[in-house]
Amino acid sequence: MDGLQSWTWSYDGWVMLGGLLCAVAASLPGNFLVLRRMSLLGDAVSHAVLPGLALAFWITQSRSGFPVFAGAVTTGLITAMLTQWIRDVGKVDEGASIGVVFTTLFAAGLLLMSQAAPRVDLDPGCVLYGVLEASPLDTVTIAGFGIPRVVLMLSIVLLINIAFIVLMFKELLISSFDPGLATTAGCSARLMHYLLMVIVAITTVASFEATGNILVVAMLIVPPSTALLLTDRLSRMILISAAVAAASAILGDAAAVTVPRWFGFRSTSTAAMMTVCAGLIFLVTAICAPGRGLMAVWLRRQRLSLRILAEDTIALMYRLDERGADEPVQASQLSRKLLSSTLQTWMALQRQRFRGWVVAELAGYRLTPAGRQAAAALVRSHRLWETYLVHEGVDAGVIHRQAEVLEHFTGRSLRDKLQAEGPASDRDPHGSVIPTEDPDLAPP
Amino acid sequence: MKDRRLQSLRAMAALLLCSFLLCGCGATPIDTRSESPLLRVLLLRDYNTRVVILGATLLGTGAGFVGCFTLLRRRALTGDALSHATLPGVGLAFLLAPVAGLDGKSLPVLLFGAAVSGGLGVMAILTIRALPRLKEDAALGIVLSVFFGAGIAILSIAQQLESGHLAGLESFIYGRTALMTASDARLIAWSGVAATATLFVFYRQFTLLCFDDGFAASRGYPVALLDVLLMTVVMLITIAGLQAVGLVLMIALLVIPPAAARFWTHQLHRMVLISAAIGSLSGLIGSAISGVFADLPSGAVIVLVCAGLFFFSLMFGGARGVFVRALRRRVLRQAIDREHLLRGIYELREQELRERESQPRPAAARLTELHELRTWTVRQLQRQISRCESEGLVWRRADGEIELTERGLIEAERLVHNHRLWELYLMTHADVAASRVDRQADAVEHVLEPALIARLEQLMEQERGRRIIPQSPHAKEVS
Repeated sequence: MDGLQSWTWSYDGWVMLGGLLCAVAASLPGNFLVLRRMSLLGDAVSHAVLPGLALAFWITQSRSGFPVFAGAVTTGLITAMLTQWIRDVGKVDEGASIGVVFTTLFAAGLLLMSQAAPRVDLDPGCVLYGVLEASPLDTVTIAGFGIPRVVLMLSIVLLINIAFIVLMFKELLISSFDPGLATTAGCSARLMHYLLMVIVAITTVASFEATGNILVVAMLIVPPSTALLLTDRLSRMILISAAVAAASAILGDAAAVTVPRWFGFRSTSTAAMMTVCAGLIFLVTAICAPGRGLMAVWLRRQRLSLRILAEDTIALMYRLDERGADEPVQASQLSRKLLSSTLQTWMALQRQRFRGWVVAELAGYRLTPAGRQAAAALVRSHRLWETYLVHEGVDAGVIHRQAEVLEHFTGRSLRDKLQAEGPASDRDPHGSVIPTEDPDLAPP
Repeated sequence: MKDRRLQSLRAMAALLLCSFLLCGCGATPIDTRSESPLLRVLLLRDYNTRVVILGATLLGTGAGFVGCFTLLRRRALTGDALSHATLPGVGLAFLLAPVAGLDGKSLPVLLFGAAVSGGLGVMAILTIRALPRLKEDAALGIVLSVFFGAGIAILSIAQQLESGHLAGLESFIYGRTALMTASDARLIAWSGVAATATLFVFYRQFTLLCFDDGFAASRGYPVALLDVLLMTVVMLITIAGLQAVGLVLMIALLVIPPAAARFWTHQLHRMVLISAAIGSLSGLIGSAISGVFADLPSGAVIVLVCAGLFFFSLMFGGARGVFVRALRRRVLRQAIDREHLLRGIYELREQELRERESQPRPAAARLTELHELRTWTVRQLQRQISRCESEGLVWRRADGEIELTERGLIEAERLVHNHRLWELYLMTHADVAASRVDRQADAVEHVLEPALIARLEQLMEQERGRRIIPQSPHAKEVS
């Protein structure tokens, strides 16, 4: 933890603030990119501003100022328009047209840079991953305080982005979810698209020197994707994405100084570590997100399969009883017949014992009267479905499998309907008796 | 027909494989240094130039080839994400190799690392895509940026090693095309062979996967497995090219040639060939240019040549190019205008023509009458009349009226016949109101085929063979 002890507010605080501002500023417009399924356009724009940057450097011979900014924003816009144009005119798929445009512009940028290199101090590496660590060295004095230029610039960009989203919230919302409706309602979806691209380009350009485009690209995509897994409302999504971006900036800053020390190295690139932290937050969310995460989906699937197995268990016990075997059933017999593992069968039986549908005796398991009722309802559903399917002309060879699926999702009212619409018979196509409906059984 | 296509495909495959093998192995030095730089580059005099040009050309061929399938699968940017995803593996391999007692800069070690983290990237893409709400683009974007960030973090740690000159590692990002070695070229050639061979063995399956994955799945093809295989092939060629030419150039070579080839043909096997040709051509020209002008970065030049070829294809492509499509539209519009002119003259004089059954039946109309019929300018109308005149369908009489010739009259009768048939069909069978059928028939009549006309005639219970022109359903408007 040697790294964090030498951490100072006056220096590292600025570094962290710079990264934080950049991350939050990028995550805001990123929400709309992800919602419009154009995440990669952000990546493309951030690569493609290179020639604008290089050209402006070349012409003005300076590394900052309005011309550079304007040049980069213009190329950003040109990228968006060219992509659209190639897609429309050439009838090429969106991804391909993005790929064509941004690689071409990036190559042009590299070429320009290599030609300008002897005269201007410009390093493509700096553009890609930036030197956030050196940003506090370049300060601007405002009201007596020395504020790093990067922090000042990124604060302005953040304010612009917040203002854009607050003022245009309704328009952005409607054009992201239903561009057609937006256009008919008098707010051109295309105009919003280009405005969004301008905002993305501005954010990218402002972040270039400080953090490199890798942090911008990551923050445009990763925090909004994380937020999308966590909420259903756009306003909440934007807030969550900003929080995720801020958290990954802070964690990343700390990780950049601490993690390498565990392996005996000095610090590593702050911007890159911020990206990695955003990725980790996404990973955790993807696994744990309530309702949508991998774990939630897995658990839901497991619960469903356990429920179905438990139902199959009592239905099987009912059928065994029906055939006159009047002795308790062994768990091993059940798992052999249901092709389930010992553990699964045990869990299913425990579930039914907990509900009071099955009792454990010394010799094995037995259905309680309540369990018999529940099982009878299931078997009734199964046989009614088989009868109905044959009545509807389905081949008798496949009805069992279909009924096996349907029985688990059939309630009392559906059973009554099946009986009313099917043939009036008390036996199913295989000749088994269809159990009658128990009048006081509540629908499962 | 199909057999022949398959045969040509096989021949092509064999040719490609042979050229890969030959090029990969044949790199022997010749010593002459007296010519001009241009000549020396063009004649492949320098050993170095020869290797670079060969390597770039091969890479262009292989990538153009593989890229076709990812483009058609609508995954053009997969290569983008994958090539970024290899970076952390490269860095980690460099850091960890000394621990395992290997040289951290040996190419096989680095490539092994690249392959492992690229594979992880593939798995991450597939997992994220399976999450609710997050689509392909988000999956690619997340993998691309996070893996690249991790790569940069690891590389900047590696920079602190005493032995850690990053000269070799940085080339994975920017490439060092101009410094390509014979072993690089050989590596590219071999992975090109492997990728091409895989694609040819599973040609049918990949074709199905690209054009109709639902159908492929229903026929029992393992779609998910094929997707993974396709991504593996992409990764193979990416890794081979990565160190030689860098990230962005690699993406460009995977995306641009197939996108350009799409403008030239509608057939997959031709598209594959053209794409490989465009890729190799841009590799060849690009590296030759940067060989002649020493201070140009060859990677960027290759991309720009490639982009130039793309733009050319976009404009002049034989199947879907901008000009071809514009030309086709122009021809169609002219045909439509011609039909409007002939039908206009006929319908203006229809009453007289019907009354006078015997020959000759002159049908002539004044320019002003015709001008009022449609929203065409006088100039358009004049030009159309001249065109029809040269085709012998109309002629200008001395009194300025435009008269149908014998052939023009027959043609006009045919057109009016088609128009009326379609109108009647719409009214009787499609329940379209009489006031609206004219507009709709107008749109369809130009593309009615003879077979369809025959069906319509049957439907309308007209006598076949004898062509009767039905009365216009809105006789007042027309006559």
